[in-house]
Amino acid sequence: MIEIRDLTKRYGSFTALDQLNLSLEEGVVFGFVGANGAGKSTTFSILATLLSPTSGDALINGKSVIKEPKEVRKQIGYMPDFFGVYDQLKVDEYLDFYGASYGIGAADRKVLIPQLLELVNLTHKRYDYVDLLSRGMKQRLCLARALIHDPKVLILDEPASGLDPRARVEMRDILRNLKSMGKTILISSHILPELAEMCDEIGVIDNGKLIAHGNVASIQAQLQGEKRIVIKVTDQLNEVRAFLEEDPLISSIDLMDNRLEIAFNYRGTNADQVALLKKAILANLSIYALSEEEKDLEDVFMAITKGADNQ
Amino acid sequence: MMERFYNPVLVKELKLRFRSFKSFSGLMFYLAVICLFIAGFLLLTTEFTGKGFFRPDTSFMMFAVLTILQMALVLFITPSLTAGAISSEREKQTLNILLTTTQSSTQIIIGKLLSSVAFLVLMLIAGLPLYSLVFLFGGVSPSQLISIFLFYLLTVVAIGSIGVMFSTITKRTIVAMISTYGSIIFLGGITAFFFFLTMAFHQMGNNISGTSFMSYFWASINPGALMLTLISPELGDELVRLSGVELPVWITYLIAYSLIIVLCLTIAIKKLRANMKSNR
Repeated sequence: MIEIRDLTKRYGSFTALDQLNLSLEEGVVFGFVGANGAGKSTTFSILATLLSPTSGDALINGKSVIKEPKEVRKQIGYMPDFFGVYDQLKVDEYLDFYGASYGIGAADRKVLIPQLLELVNLTHKRYDYVDLLSRGMKQRLCLARALIHDPKVLILDEPASGLDPRARVEMRDILRNLKSMGKTILISSHILPELAEMCDEIGVIDNGKLIAHGNVASIQAQLQGEKRIVIKVTDQLNEVRAFLEEDPLISSIDLMDNRLEIAFNYRGTNADQVALLKKAILANLSIYALSEEEKDLEDVFMAITKGADNQ
Repeated sequence: MMERFYNPVLVKELKLRFRSFKSFSGLMFYLAVICLFIAGFLLLTTEFTGKGFFRPDTSFMMFAVLTILQMALVLFITPSLTAGAISSEREKQTLNILLTTTQSSTQIIIGKLLSSVAFLVLMLIAGLPLYSLVFLFGGVSPSQLISIFLFYLLTVVAIGSIGVMFSTITKRTIVAMISTYGSIIFLGGITAFFFFLTMAFHQMGNNISGTSFMSYFWASINPGALMLTLISPELGDELVRLSGVELPVWITYLIAYSLIIVLCLTIAIKKLRANMKSNR
């Protein structure tokens, strides 16, 4: 459904996107993760036909954003990260205007508008002025607007930013609903736990490069690299420490004397970890528990983007 | 069939324009200025007595001044209506959404221009009852009035196109507005200055009375000069005779302003999706 090939965007000497490659199947919900300025919005702007890439191309349902922008626009519903609304236009007039802008006939628009308002829970606001709606409502209205021509692909740039928790939950429910309707959805966000819950696939972008792509679990595994392991002992804290220091796969050992715990970073595979455990038992060390410190996606993201910055 | 000519931007803009208080206050200001002028003129000619007689040539005088005044008002108001066409959408962050719809750049630009022109036409029509007071006293033919209105329309569309063009190529409304007013000052003032300059230069060089092609050109693209030749055609004939250019002033004006319209709209359409290489 979406095919991004060697997409590059440069502004003078600054490279906003660096040979980005990405392929997404129909019906997938894809979460695009990255720090501010990493290149998420640039990618979305190119997909939305608002910006030409310096080189490379992107195909949406087989249509090139460069060669057939008008065809692409029929396929996509775009919601920018920052957007305004027209003053003095009512909610149904707002949707009617965009419906007409997509060439939908007046009779069809009359049928569509109530359906869309119901989908985004704004039926009760149909005759209110758009600029008087709350931010969450505006955001939902903008989503309804993006759906008016029944696009196959939805490109949502930070749809939950600036929303209070309740509005965020409402937005998430609507997106779940859209997912069940079979839409291919691209969402960018800096709020990772939300994306993890909702997305089939996640891509991490940093400095214009896609540094990881896959399902949530594989991303976590791919990005984690080093695990943080905690060992609990009954005594012999220093002996255990000496034992660990001998292993080349272990680094950053921290002793927590008061709790009889040792934490360390481990670079080995699961098989290496089994070998380490066996060796510890054979060495008669008084270890009674070993556990991996849970990292959520947010920590992972912080770690990898920090790593990329330092390069 | 109706759907084919339906321009969503035009309909939306008209809706927004006629709902805003600013539009009606603008219309009121416009009519108030014309009313004040007419009342003042009538009072002056009757020497503040409200009695006396009003000769056709006085009526003609009023018509002439009113025509120039109306042209000046139209020139003054048009930029404020058109110079924000695209830049205000950009400032309100609504432009990106509009550009991702399947509307073509041409449709968007034409919709924006027509909505502003429609409002100006409404202004001109609203002023017609006041304007037609001159018919009470004679001295002016209806055909003269019609031709003047057609040239108002041409000027409005041309200035509107300049405004829309600047609004598209500049990021901010204020810059677009200043640029459009600058263009008006050029068309209305600088051309008049050039006319007198080239005429003086020509007469100095040849030591004869008369005028050159250049002075004919500068005069014929000046809206004020055109209005004068429409009010009293003998002025236009005199200009044609002296310059030796066998073309009525209104034809040159029509060609020049049509070219301005085409050029400005083409630039605006090309630059609307400036960040895209292809403009479709």
